[in-house]
Amino acid sequence: MTTALSITDLRKVYDNGFEALKGISFDVQEGDFFALLGPNGAGKSTTLGIVSSLVNKTSGQVRVFGHDLDKDASKAKCKLGVVPQEFNFNMFEKVADILITQAGYYGIPAGEAKQRCEFYLRKLGLWEKRNEPSRNLSGGMKRRLMIARALMHEPSLLILDEPTAGVDIELRRSMWAFLKEINAEGTTIILTTHYLEEAESLCRNIGIIDQGVIVKNTSMRNLLQQLNTESFIMDISPVQNKCPVIEDYQVTMEGDHTLLVEVEKSQSLNPVFAQLSEQGVEVTSMRNKSNRLEELFVSLVDKTLDESAEGGQSND
Amino acid sequence: MTNRQLFIAFWTILVKEIRRFTRIWAQTLLPPAITMTLYFIIFGNLIGSRIGQMGGFNYMEFIVPGLIMMSVITNSYGNVVSSFYSTKFQRHIEELLVSPTPNWIILAGYVLGGSVRGLLVGLMVTLLSMFFTELQIHNIWVIASIVFLTAILFSLGGFINAVYANSFDHISIIPTFVLTPLTYLGGVFYSISLLPEFWQNVSLINPILYMVNTFRYGILGVSDIDIGVAYGIIIGVIIILFSYSMHLLNTGKGIRS
Repeated sequence: MTTALSITDLRKVYDNGFEALKGISFDVQEGDFFALLGPNGAGKSTTLGIVSSLVNKTSGQVRVFGHDLDKDASKAKCKLGVVPQEFNFNMFEKVADILITQAGYYGIPAGEAKQRCEFYLRKLGLWEKRNEPSRNLSGGMKRRLMIARALMHEPSLLILDEPTAGVDIELRRSMWAFLKEINAEGTTIILTTHYLEEAESLCRNIGIIDQGVIVKNTSMRNLLQQLNTESFIMDISPVQNKCPVIEDYQVTMEGDHTLLVEVEKSQSLNPVFAQLSEQGVEVTSMRNKSNRLEELFVSLVDKTLDESAEGGQSND
Repeated sequence: MTNRQLFIAFWTILVKEIRRFTRIWAQTLLPPAITMTLYFIIFGNLIGSRIGQMGGFNYMEFIVPGLIMMSVITNSYGNVVSSFYSTKFQRHIEELLVSPTPNWIILAGYVLGGSVRGLLVGLMVTLLSMFFTELQIHNIWVIASIVFLTAILFSLGGFINAVYANSFDHISIIPTFVLTPLTYLGGVFYSISLLPEFWQNVSLINPILYMVNTFRYGILGVSDIDIGVAYGIIIGVIIILFSYSMHLLNTGKGIRS
């Protein structure tokens, strides 16, 4: 399988002496949907900034589909599309002009650029706004405009730096569907996000970066399997005044109708139902608590803080 | 990128730049036309009629070449400095930096964009001057080449200013405190032969003097300086500014962290 992005021993020391990246290495395979997660200031945006040629690296190597970003920048950049965290288009230009201009920077002739512009604006629900100055768009529309702009040269690797920040839930879900669609069509996607539910829902592989080092680089499945306990939310009836007791399980009331039950990997769910049934409590519905990744993320980042002096790196 | 793709990228930047200054024509094209008309009326007609001859020509004829060059200089410089700084400020320079467009194409696009505005304003001022005096043409090749080289030189200057600028104040410091005094002291309104010898020699270190006089030579056939030396200096300065601009782009000064 081709490696879409290969980062080797990447280091960045800013002018003020702050070492943002301490020699990180990781690969993203072609076709992957990869999450790069980390707390604020961990080095995510610096990493993506270097890959996007917006930040100068101190040392190390970046290869995009085998093309070295230093020696073969033109080919590497042609393969790469970037959706930055902050709006970075000309607020006075019309929506369509922004896309056509961007295509021009990649040497795409005007006729072809216009066709692609229509295709992506329609795809992202912005066609009706094509003649509006971009400053008139809503926040969600501006985010979609940046995605359309990044796709104009049809990149093989798309980098999205917090693409759904500040976007309402409905729009976020439609963007997820769109990203899944282009990933299924073959575009490799690297995503950073603070919504861990987003990473869990979309991404197959994950890298967690903290204090300039990669603290975890594994598949989402492997990572989630590392959880010793799983939390289930159970809707119950009738209304309970006090929390039912379930022997050997940790149970908390989340509301009059809701129980949160912690189940260890070695435990079965049957005793939970049996004991609740004995107490006259009926389980009407049940679901996983959706912040499993969040729990892991917090534990990994906390661990790094404790071990920060060691600066270790693990790759599963 | 293939040569065709490089040309498309260059053309895209150039068209974007032209579209920018024509969209805001009331800020970019109208003011120099009004200012220069006032110069023609006040300095050329009202005051000039009392001054009499300058360098063997009436005062209006003498100042017209200088005023045309002044508008070319200020508009070429002003276009690139404000456009590139805005591009930095609004961060849409990132659109270019992530693209495969090479730095020399970025520079060429912005510099030619600034030059087009300088030349367009120069043409407007030339047409306006024809309402006030009969314009002569001594050497069309000198006129065309010097005005083009001047526009390139000051567009490069504007680019370097924009790279170093960290606020909108910084883009007006050089035009106000350096460019305007050098232009006024660059022989636009007088022949340096009127100055004492010491100040004549001081004037010779002002590069704008060479541009104004070479342009005046192209129109009137008279100059305070040697035309060959002027071309040498102007081309030399362009090479230095171009090399320095490329160095700034390649190192990412002011545009990359």
